[in-house]
Amino acid sequence: MLTIQNLHAKIEDKEILKGLTLNIKAGEVHAIMGPNGSGKSTLAKVLTGDDNYEVTKGTATFEGKDLLSLEPEERALEGFFMAFQYPVEIPGVNNASFLRMAANARRKHAGLEELDPLEFNDLLQEKIRFLDMNPDFADRNVNFGFSGGEKKRNEILQMAVLNPKLALLDETDSGLDIDALRIVANGVNKLRRDNNAIILITHYQRLLNYIVPDIVHIMHDGRIVKSGPKELALELEERGYELLQNVGA
Amino acid sequence: MSSTQALQDFAAREYKFGFRSDIETESFAKGLSEEVIRKISEAKDEPPFMLEFRLKAYRHWLTMEEPHWSETPYAPIDYQDVIYYSAPKAAKKKLASLDDVDPELRKTFEKLGVPLIEQKRLAGVAVDAVFDSVSVATTYKEKLKKEGVIFCSISEAMQEYPELVQKYLGSVVPYTDNFFATLNSAVFTDGSFVFIPKGVRCPMELSTYFRINTENTGQFERTLIVAEDNSYVSYLEGCTAPKFDSNQLHAAVVELVALENAEIKYSTVQNWFAGDPETGKGGIFNFVTKRGKCLGKKSKISWTQVETGSAITWKYPSCLLLGDESVGEFYSVALTANRQQADTGTKMIHVGKNTKSTIVAKGISAGQSNNNYRGLVSIMKSASGARNFTQCDSMLIGDKCNANTFPLIDVQHPNAQVEHEASTSKISDDQLFYCRSRGISTEDAMGAIINGFCKDVFRELPTEFAVEATKLLGIKLENSVG
Ligand SMILES: Nc1ncnc2c1ncn2[C@@H]1O[C@H](COP(=O)(O)OP(=O)(O)O)[C@@H](O)[C@H]1O
Ligand SMILES: [Mg+2]
Repeated sequence: MLTIQNLHAKIEDKEILKGLTLNIKAGEVHAIMGPNGSGKSTLAKVLTGDDNYEVTKGTATFEGKDLLSLEPEERALEGFFMAFQYPVEIPGVNNASFLRMAANARRKHAGLEELDPLEFNDLLQEKIRFLDMNPDFADRNVNFGFSGGEKKRNEILQMAVLNPKLALLDETDSGLDIDALRIVANGVNKLRRDNNAIILITHYQRLLNYIVPDIVHIMHDGRIVKSGPKELALELEERGYELLQNVGA
Repeated sequence: MSSTQALQDFAAREYKFGFRSDIETESFAKGLSEEVIRKISEAKDEPPFMLEFRLKAYRHWLTMEEPHWSETPYAPIDYQDVIYYSAPKAAKKKLASLDDVDPELRKTFEKLGVPLIEQKRLAGVAVDAVFDSVSVATTYKEKLKKEGVIFCSISEAMQEYPELVQKYLGSVVPYTDNFFATLNSAVFTDGSFVFIPKGVRCPMELSTYFRINTENTGQFERTLIVAEDNSYVSYLEGCTAPKFDSNQLHAAVVELVALENAEIKYSTVQNWFAGDPETGKGGIFNFVTKRGKCLGKKSKISWTQVETGSAITWKYPSCLLLGDESVGEFYSVALTANRQQADTGTKMIHVGKNTKSTIVAKGISAGQSNNNYRGLVSIMKSASGARNFTQCDSMLIGDKCNANTFPLIDVQHPNAQVEHEASTSKISDDQLFYCRSRGISTEDAMGAIINGFCKDVFRELPTEFAVEATKLLGIKLENSVG
């Protein structure tokens, strides 16, 4: 589904990604862990198409398409979704109309009939109930005045509505209490299917108790330095990033 | 394309109504003099009191100086280089019915989205269409007349209802009021007249569409709306002009009179040509005096404006709240882009007891434009129990534009309540990137953010026109990206 090869990217002349390689197949859940500043969010932004970053080398292929040559909205329309570590506030635009625009853009791209506000509201309320969120989420302005936890949940709501093929969650678990974490994990698990894939960027292995990954990667200094089964996360938690010493990073 | 690039393109959007119609017109030579004024009055076959009014204004105007206190610098205007009267030849003869409207004129207005056929797209809206200096057609006139509502061009009103015109013309904006209003009083050519008799709720929206077509022509229109006791009317004006390299002067005067318990809702969607996006050359100088007088007890006047065009906009639709418990409202969206300048706001003058006013002003500036809110809330000694609420919000797009607010508050009564809120925001690259990452195009994202920002004002527009206004901002975004 996603193949990243020897990816290099820089921001303001500072190289952050230094030859990252990653391969994700349909049906898989991958976790990426790593210390602060190792470039996890940079990877997420580069894959989403943030033009503050410049890709200097390497490739990323998504479902056979050259992901890096697509505009951010085209990537989304192809089924890529990134849950932001720091979701952006948009005053004056309510969640329901924002999400309807997004959902209809995707439906249109897929050759489907667009949903009118009433039809869309049914879909939205169903997702809101499923994620155990307050129904007034629909009427509130996008992330505006939301608490940190509400913003994260709103990202998951968007993901649930847009139903992406590949979802990348950038530290969605940070700052969530245990109940919220469970709800978020539930939402993600519900999305797990044979024909889609999920990348979880996380700091803590506790999320992985709820969403069990197929593969865990450890990222350090702009590269994946170690990959292994889910037990790697536990090992990492126990031994901390000293583990990295052993991999010669 | 980067978000920054998209913002720049947004600022450089195309003007859609810049076409010029090939219509044979009869124009005066350039220049202004008593003789020109006499000729205008003669061409319009006016009653003698009108000529007198014009000449008094003209003589007063000669003693005045062009004002320059607003934050809108512009090159001096040569008043002798303006054509003061231009009319399509075909509009000279009186129309027996709407079917007689010259096909070219009809086509022009149709292209502008204003079909001069009753029961067309804007069914339920009566239209007075003004082309350069004259009204070319008014729809639904007969139907309205049955209800006692008078809706016609002001030229026609001067002939058919001279006593009404004489009674109210200049009663809100006297001919001595200000430089541009005085000039208008001397040379105005056409505009609309509305009279709603006692107890009548006008059964449809009334609207006037102003189109400037001929180069170097000034448009000096005059609108007069009178609502008698317990009546109601909702009125909308729209405006466009072709692209010319030279600036064109538009100096209108609008007067509203609301008697006891009457309500007038006046909405404007202004989209005059704004000048060349890059050089700023050409475009309309929109220097307008709009004022309403709440004469009667519990009367209400509400101004709603969506100002998106013109090289320079300079207008302050105001309310004189004379009647006790009368209400004044001002809802405004002013969008400036490229090199446009807008200095707009309102004056709420509280004279009567327990008078109330609300001001909601939204300024959006993009490109290298300059957008100012200027307002006056004045509570006189007599206005016990007066209340005002003001909210001024500015939105900046890009970082080369400018927004300022100049709210002036003058309170003479100790128990007055005056509230003022203000905010400034920006459409950030982060917001656009976030929207795009969800599959929403930059255009749609900007449209949604701007519409959200303007929501409180659009809500005040008559439904038929809220859609038009939303679309208009949309048109500004259309073809601006990609
Ligand atoms: N705008 C920027 N300019 C310069 N350096 C940046 C910028 N943004 C992030 N960085 C640097 O990039 C590195 C990786 O950051 P990030 O991808 O956010 O790491 P992580 O998500 O793994 O904590 C850090 O050293 C950070 O300081
Ligand atoms: Mg991060």
